[in-house]
Amino acid sequence: MTRIQEAFSSAGRPLFIAFIVAGDPDFERCVAAACALIEGGADIIELGVPFSDPVADGPTIQRADLRALCGGATPEMVFEIVRRIRQYSQVPVVLLTYYNIVLHRGISRFYREADAAGVDGILIADMPVEESGPVMKVAGKTGIDQVFMVCETTSPERLNRIFENAKGFLYLVSHMGVTGVLPTLPAGATAIVRDIRKKTSMPLAVGFGVATPAHAIDLYRVGADAAIAGSAIVAIIEKHRDDPECMKESLKNYAVSMRVATDDGRGGA
Amino acid sequence: MVVKSGRFGQFGGQYVPEALMAALIELEVSYRKISRDREFVRELNHYLKNYAGRPTPLTYCPNMSKDLGARIYLKREDLLHGGAHKLNNTLGQALLAKYMGKKRLIAETGAGQHGVATAIAGAMLNLPVEVYMGTDDIARQMLNVFRMELMGAKVIPVSTGSRTLKDAVNEALRDWVGNACDTHYLIGSVVGPHPFPLMVRDFQTVIGREVRKQSMKAEGRLPDHLIACVGGGSNAIGLFHPFIRDPVAMTGAEAGGHGLMSGEHGATLCGGSPGVLHGAFSYLLQDENGQVRETHSISAGLDYPGVGPEHSMLKDAGRVNYIAVNDSDALSAFRYLPRREGIIPAMESAHAVAAAIQMKDDLSRDDIVVINLSGRGDKDVAGVASLQGGVP
Repeated sequence: MTRIQEAFSSAGRPLFIAFIVAGDPDFERCVAAACALIEGGADIIELGVPFSDPVADGPTIQRADLRALCGGATPEMVFEIVRRIRQYSQVPVVLLTYYNIVLHRGISRFYREADAAGVDGILIADMPVEESGPVMKVAGKTGIDQVFMVCETTSPERLNRIFENAKGFLYLVSHMGVTGVLPTLPAGATAIVRDIRKKTSMPLAVGFGVATPAHAIDLYRVGADAAIAGSAIVAIIEKHRDDPECMKESLKNYAVSMRVATDDGRGGA
Repeated sequence: MVVKSGRFGQFGGQYVPEALMAALIELEVSYRKISRDREFVRELNHYLKNYAGRPTPLTYCPNMSKDLGARIYLKREDLLHGGAHKLNNTLGQALLAKYMGKKRLIAETGAGQHGVATAIAGAMLNLPVEVYMGTDDIARQMLNVFRMELMGAKVIPVSTGSRTLKDAVNEALRDWVGNACDTHYLIGSVVGPHPFPLMVRDFQTVIGREVRKQSMKAEGRLPDHLIACVGGGSNAIGLFHPFIRDPVAMTGAEAGGHGLMSGEHGATLCGGSPGVLHGAFSYLLQDENGQVRETHSISAGLDYPGVGPEHSMLKDAGRVNYIAVNDSDALSAFRYLPRREGIIPAMESAHAVAAAIQMKDDLSRDDIVVINLSGRGDKDVAGVASLQGGVP
C-alpha cells in the first residue's frame, strides 16, 4: 500500500489536502509554510512545481509561480523542499507540475529523483490520459502514484481510461475554469462528486474554488474523500510573506479550521 | 502527413488541462464534418472571394529581380482585406464556429493583426469578439487596438508574465477552459493543441494553391524557391504545404532579433529545443529547467517562443531550411522593398524579403523565387519612424 492509499484508508474521516507552490516566496519560507500546514492538520501536501506558463491556474497561483521562479526555484529546489518536509513529517507529498518541466529534465530522471526525495504522487496539469503513455511506463517502475484530473465534461470512455491509469486518488475539478477562490462552492462541485462516487471506489479529492471549511463540509457530505485548498493558502502566504511568524501562525490556524471540518464531515454521507 | 493522433511525426499532440479535452474533441469532430460540408465550403469561398479579395496577386518584381539576379515574385497577402494573410484563417474558423452553434469568439493577438482579422470576421458574421493582448503589445500597437474596437471587438489587456503574445495565449486558454460550451477560441497560427495546427494550415493553404496556379500561368512551371517568415508559422505553412511533394526549395525566416548568440531573439527552430507549450510538443525557446524563455524581435508578430509542430517536423526532416534574420537585416529589407518596388512590407514579411536578399549569391537568373508578403507595413511605419527619431 502506498503512503497515499494508507492516508485515505486509515484516517476514518475525509482528508484535508493543502496546496502550496514550491519555492514561494523562497526555499526557507516555503518549507516553513508546509510544516505549519502539517502542524495545523493538513493530511497531504500538494506541492506545485512553478512554471512560467501555468494555463490551468488563476492569478493567485500565477503570482506565486512567478515569485518562486524569481526566487530561483528549480526542480532541484523542489526535491530539496520535499526532503525537508520528509525530515519533519511522513504526510504524503504530491507534486503538481506542468509537462514541460518533467519532459525537459527527462521523464525517467524526474520520476527517479522525485521518488528518491520522498514524493508519493505526481499530477501533470496539462497531460490528459491520451498523452500519458511515456509517463505511465516510468511511473509504474517507481513507487509514485500517477494522479489524474476528472471534470464534468470528461466522457464515459475517457473516464474509464483514467480509471485504468490513475493511482492514489482522483482529482475532481469542481468547475470549468482555472484555480482560484470563489465566493461560494461552485454549483457543479457536489454534483461531480455524487456522479463519480457511483462509478469508482478510488478516493475522490476535490479542488478548484475550494477555500473554506464550509466548502469542504459540503463536499464531504456528498462523499468526497478529500478537499483540496490551494489559492486560499497561497493568498495567506502572499499576504504575510514578509512576516514569517505571522505567516506560519495564519497558515496553521487555517489548517486547523480545515482539519476540524474533516471531523464534521465524517459519516456525513 | 498528419497521423490520426494529431501528430506531425513526433510533434504536436494535445497537452492541455483535462477541462479542455471535451472542447478539443468536439472541435475536431465538428471540423472533420463541417469542413466537408458543401454549403460550408461554398459559403467560405464566397467570403474569401467577394469579401476578403481572393485570389491575391502574384506580383513580378522587376527591380528586385534585377538586384538579385533571379525572377522574384511576391505573393500579395498584404492586399487581403485587413492587410495580412490572417483573414484566411479567421473567416474559416469564425464560420466553423457559427456552424458549430458557438455564440462568442475569443482570440489572442501580438502585433494585433490576428486580433483585427478576428474582429473583422466576427463583425461580418455577427459573433461578439474578445481579444486578449499583452499590455506591452497594446502600448506598441495602439493603431490595431483602435481598429479592433472600431469593429466592435473588446480588447482585454493581459498584464501577466512578459505581457506579450505568449501570455495573451495563456489568458485566452484560461477563458476557454471556463467558457468552451458557447465560445470558440480562434487561435491565430498553426500552434496550440490538435486540431488547431491542422485546421489553421488547411485554411491557409489557399495561399500555396493559388501560387501553384499563378506560377504555372505566368512561368509555365512551379517556382524553384519559396520563402516565408515564421513566427507561429501559419503564412509559411500556407505557402509551403501545397508544394511539399514537389522539387521546390523552401526557406523559413525566423526572428533573429539581436542575433542567435545574444539570446535575444524569437528563432525557435534555429535556437530552441523540443518541448511542450500551449498544448503542443514542438520546438521551444526554454531555459535549462524547461521554463519558457522571453523572446525579442523587432516584429511583434514573430515575438513568440513556440512554433507550429508541422514546422518542427519539416525542420527535422530537412525539408525546409530555417534561418534566423536579425532585426537590422529585417529593417534594411523593410526600407529596401518600398524604395525598389513601391510596396511597404509588414516587419514580419520583411524578414522573408531579407532572407531572399541574403540568398542572392546562390540564385541563378532563371530561378523563380516566390516570397510570401504576408502583410502590409502600415502598422510598422510609426515604429520605424520613431527608430529614426520620429516622423518629421
